[in-house]
Amino acid sequence: MMAPIRFILNGQERAVEGLAPTTTVLQYLRGTECLTGTKEGCAEGDCGACTVLVEEPDGAGGLRRRSMNACILFLPALHGRSVETVEHLASAEGLHPVQRAMVERHASQCGFCTPGFAMQLYAGWRMGALSDRQSVKDAVSGNLCRCTGYGPIVDAGLDLAGCPTPDTRGEDAARAEALTALRGAGVFRYEAGGAAWLAPSHVDELADTYAAHPAATLVAGATDVGLWVTKQHRDFETMIDVSRVHDLRHVEEGPESLFFGAAVTHAEARARLAELHPDLGEVMRRFAGCQVRNAGTVGGNIANGSPIGDLPPALIALDATLYLRQGEAVRRLPLEDYFLEYGRQDRREGEFVVAVEVPLLKPDDRFSASKISKRMDSDISAVLAAFKLGFADGRVASARLAFGGMAGTPKRAAGAEAALVGRPFDAAAVRDATEALAGDFRPLSDMRATTDYRLAAAAACLERFRLQLAGVPTRIGEVA
Amino acid sequence: MDETRIQDRGEAGTLDPAAAPDERRPAPRARLQGGVGQPIHHDSGPKHVTGEARYIDDEPELPGTLQVFIAMSPRANARILRIDLASVRAAPGVVCALGAGDVPGVNDYSPVFGDDPIFAETHVHYVGQPIFAVAAPDLRTARRAAALARVDYEDAAAPALSIDEALAAADEAGEDLLPAHEMRLGDAGGAIDAAPHVVRGRVETGGQDHFYLEGQIAYAIPGEDGDVLVRSSTQHPSEVQHNVAKALGRPDNAVTIEVRRMGGGFGGKESQPALFAAVCAMVAVRTGRPAKCRLDRDDDMEMTGKRHEMRTDYRVGHDGEGRILGAEFLQAVRCGYSKDLSGAIADRAMFHADNAYDLKAVRIRSRRLKTNTVSNTAFRGFGGPQGMVAIERAMDRIAFDLRLDPLDVRKRNFYAAMGTPTPGTTPYHMAVEDCVVAEIVDELEASSDYRARRAAVASFNAASPVLKKGLALTPVKFGISFTTSHLNQAGALVHVYKDGSVHLNHGGTEMGQGLFTKVAQVVAEEFQIDVSDVKITATTTAKVPNTSATAASSGSDLNGMAAQAAARTIKERLIDYAVGRYDVAREAVEFAPGRVRVGTKEMRFRDLVGEAYLARVSLSSTGFYATPGIAYDRESASGRPFYYFAYGAACSEVVIDTLTGENRLLRADILHDVGRSLNPALDLGQIEGGFIQGMGWLTMEELWWDKAGRLRTHAPSTYKIPTANDRPDDLRVRLWDRGRNPAATIFRSKAVGEPPFMLALSVFSALGDAVLAAGEGRRFPELDAPATPERILAAVRAVREP
Repeated sequence: MMAPIRFILNGQERAVEGLAPTTTVLQYLRGTECLTGTKEGCAEGDCGACTVLVEEPDGAGGLRRRSMNACILFLPALHGRSVETVEHLASAEGLHPVQRAMVERHASQCGFCTPGFAMQLYAGWRMGALSDRQSVKDAVSGNLCRCTGYGPIVDAGLDLAGCPTPDTRGEDAARAEALTALRGAGVFRYEAGGAAWLAPSHVDELADTYAAHPAATLVAGATDVGLWVTKQHRDFETMIDVSRVHDLRHVEEGPESLFFGAAVTHAEARARLAELHPDLGEVMRRFAGCQVRNAGTVGGNIANGSPIGDLPPALIALDATLYLRQGEAVRRLPLEDYFLEYGRQDRREGEFVVAVEVPLLKPDDRFSASKISKRMDSDISAVLAAFKLGFADGRVASARLAFGGMAGTPKRAAGAEAALVGRPFDAAAVRDATEALAGDFRPLSDMRATTDYRLAAAAACLERFRLQLAGVPTRIGEVA
Repeated sequence: MDETRIQDRGEAGTLDPAAAPDERRPAPRARLQGGVGQPIHHDSGPKHVTGEARYIDDEPELPGTLQVFIAMSPRANARILRIDLASVRAAPGVVCALGAGDVPGVNDYSPVFGDDPIFAETHVHYVGQPIFAVAAPDLRTARRAAALARVDYEDAAAPALSIDEALAAADEAGEDLLPAHEMRLGDAGGAIDAAPHVVRGRVETGGQDHFYLEGQIAYAIPGEDGDVLVRSSTQHPSEVQHNVAKALGRPDNAVTIEVRRMGGGFGGKESQPALFAAVCAMVAVRTGRPAKCRLDRDDDMEMTGKRHEMRTDYRVGHDGEGRILGAEFLQAVRCGYSKDLSGAIADRAMFHADNAYDLKAVRIRSRRLKTNTVSNTAFRGFGGPQGMVAIERAMDRIAFDLRLDPLDVRKRNFYAAMGTPTPGTTPYHMAVEDCVVAEIVDELEASSDYRARRAAVASFNAASPVLKKGLALTPVKFGISFTTSHLNQAGALVHVYKDGSVHLNHGGTEMGQGLFTKVAQVVAEEFQIDVSDVKITATTTAKVPNTSATAASSGSDLNGMAAQAAARTIKERLIDYAVGRYDVAREAVEFAPGRVRVGTKEMRFRDLVGEAYLARVSLSSTGFYATPGIAYDRESASGRPFYYFAYGAACSEVVIDTLTGENRLLRADILHDVGRSLNPALDLGQIEGGFIQGMGWLTMEELWWDKAGRLRTHAPSTYKIPTANDRPDDLRVRLWDRGRNPAATIFRSKAVGEPPFMLALSVFSALGDAVLAAGEGRRFPELDAPATPERILAAVRAVREP
């Protein structure tokens, strides 16, 4: 049954009809609501000027809070959620502490990025993510400012970090209840302008819905699909929102592996992966900005098959297994086999990613991940290198060297792996593996890097791994 | 009863001067709120943080507003055989489509040379060049309709994209885009040939996109008689006005341009906005409907000009102790397809080839080259940063040759200090009489602990095989004034209303730099009233005409003076009135914080104003300022183009990863001279922001065109400006507390917009120092900018070659 999009905007209920499902929240806020504090800087989730705070029931009686880029968030994704914009920060008593700190610290110059920073800092504070200077910088690494050089903004964030967060458990519970009621049961279905948006709640509903609409476009965080609309100006007849399928949102721990549901966000996955693999935690810290990590999902990063997604090479190195479902049928395959060639994946009609299983390291396994990009934070990798070596008797017993940015798909380096296995992991072995890499890959030259640099950086990451194991400092981020 | 409020012509105007006597007694106060020198926050700060500050796209749209989409060329160098817009015009929803033939006036939006067509006519010169525009009630309709156009092209020669290709094309054509230019001081060639030591090299710096967060936008509202009001996000309203009028075939007085604030400019909204303003003005006048043209980020980056890429070949002779005897520079400037402001920008690169160094004998040659890329334009520093890079590289190279600390070589070559009887002479024959760079550098050397850190860096490097640190301390000297002398003028308009509140307007524009705040502080200071009593208003060509761009760091120098002049005129009238009314000497009338003393009497400013109004004194005045004492003869490349110089220095410490070339700025210490600061908080903001922007230019911001001439870095996903994590936690920025401008500027302040940008050269130099360390000091590191991981790795590999 057709229904309006029901959500709460700055504390007030809304029921929206008649706007195309691909209307972005930013377009809606500025165009329909005349809330022009939220700005468009890039329309691709890379500058943070459009940051809003999105809330939804957390399933435990409270609220799950996430900052998101309104520019690539589709309006129907707000159904059953609540959104807060910069206009709602100040109260009758005056500016919010973050706003006051930003004014006092001279944290705005042209002011165009400022509402986005205010909202991102506010969201980080509400989410408990602000503590020290580094945490503030990480919180705003997806927000660009061209005027200030960031110092005063970070100072303002630190001021805010020092303010106690309000205890809103009571209000949160009421809000969660209200949102649950707005959302309703079953598959949410919204239609306008000849296009449909379907949002199932359970994985079985998703399977049924997708089977009924196998040509539909699956949307999770829309950090990619959003750009198909804002940048490529594409139309979609049917979109299926998987972000509220709660059985896809679990991280489960088995005795020998971790299962990440497809709709687990990068922020959620990072929390767990960083504990296991600090390197990978660092890669994921640098993976896009906070707002994108709050929206984008593990399943999305895999499913769209991009050769430059950061997670697939890391997960391939870790020997991950992908779970796909079509109707009732569940299929599992090694993650590396999912990527067939550029733009083509082993995903059948009506089949969707359910989860990815990531084995834990064995005691003699060593793992390393490196992300090479022009800019440290929030940049697409020129090369993403992830290695797992199994050792026995001081020699490499097994090798999984996986790379992003080196080929049309995330891919293992078979030749380089062979060059390592059976030998001590020493300079000579790395030299031979480096030579073999040139046979494994013929990477592109493009705006991110040349063929030569990609090959050199890929080899450098392997050498870095060797030095790391030998205790030699190789990370500029760790230099005082 | 407030007597100034009595508007009536009849009996109601009965006065009671004794009303509310307490209210009229001024409270003695030591200090104004927001007078000159106070670190008050940006006037829009509270509006920025709440989202209330309105940019052009935030203004409510009038009913019937059309959205304008501009279709761009997909070819870099091609003849246009045919443009057929019939199906565009027939598309549902389209209200009008305009091509070159539909321009009622002149099809050009160039600032000077008449070579920037609004819409291409017979030839396209770069990918992204505007071909035609479509207006519809919504952008989606306009964009879709544009795709229906039939445009036939025939490719001309392969596009010239790089400096090498541009040089080859220019040599073949026997003509550069603009004539080559030369500056000479003494016999440089002879001095170098006679010098005991000579270094030579080449350095290239890439372009830079402005990446103002608010993209280009204009909103045109048609009026009567074919007139039009355009809100334009521009640093140069008068030029936009003229270009819109030119396109409409109307006199300038038919067009009003208004801008309250921009979401960043950085030079990118000097000449570029005229295109969008002209296009939507034409739509508005033709259709009688308001029209908006707002570019999305990709179109903005593909369609608008950027910082000029430049290559410099240098040859420098020195005496064996690092003292320069002569220097030669050949600068090759990549201008893009048209002239725009490239002549003046390339000139400024020449003006800054000496940076802070007395080069004794110099020859600077400059070639301005055409490429099949977007026409490069003004960007913070306006060629100055590119001009300075080579001499800084030369300093490092001399130090390398002599095994000296580069700082010592730099110090041996500074212009003589202010007060010297024998000041040094620039390559353009201007005596440098206000040089304080040696003092600043000495102070920074001590406060940054340079020598101890030099030793610490060396020990770190000795113990670290993979990671290498580098350290550098570099100076900046930057000439302040438009080098086109006639541009150094400004106007202002000040009204004092009869309640004592002040309305301020001037020709400068607010792009975030805090100009409006500073000029309001000047006016508050003149009247000795709180800055909150001064209403800052949008820049409009209807109030202050014939303005220069807010550019060349000159905003507060020029507009501050003009506003001061306007305020002083009104103040003089008030004094005249008080002298006559209270029969006191002129000296007995004194404006003190919050009050005016007239002999033994004290009154509030507003009360004096109210009395003056009743006495029929004019309380409104324009103000005008023209920078004195500057004159430059470009023919002979000599004169005094600059009113004064701004100085500063920075010390940067970096680390590089010799495996991957990744790099990071660890610490920077900055000491900068802003004279007597008008507002220390805003000045610090300019310095830090400029430094980080400069660091972005030199390290990570890379423009990349493919072989077909398509810019492939046209959004923040591919074009990377610094983020918060690129700023070092240890960044120590200080204003030089001994700074005082010897030139008679507004309250002896110095310009601050551009000079700090070049402080980032210390980062570039420090990266070179780290690469040098990677090669154990055996080879001089060849490094071009931006020093991306890829370039640094290549440099590391080169210095490590056996």
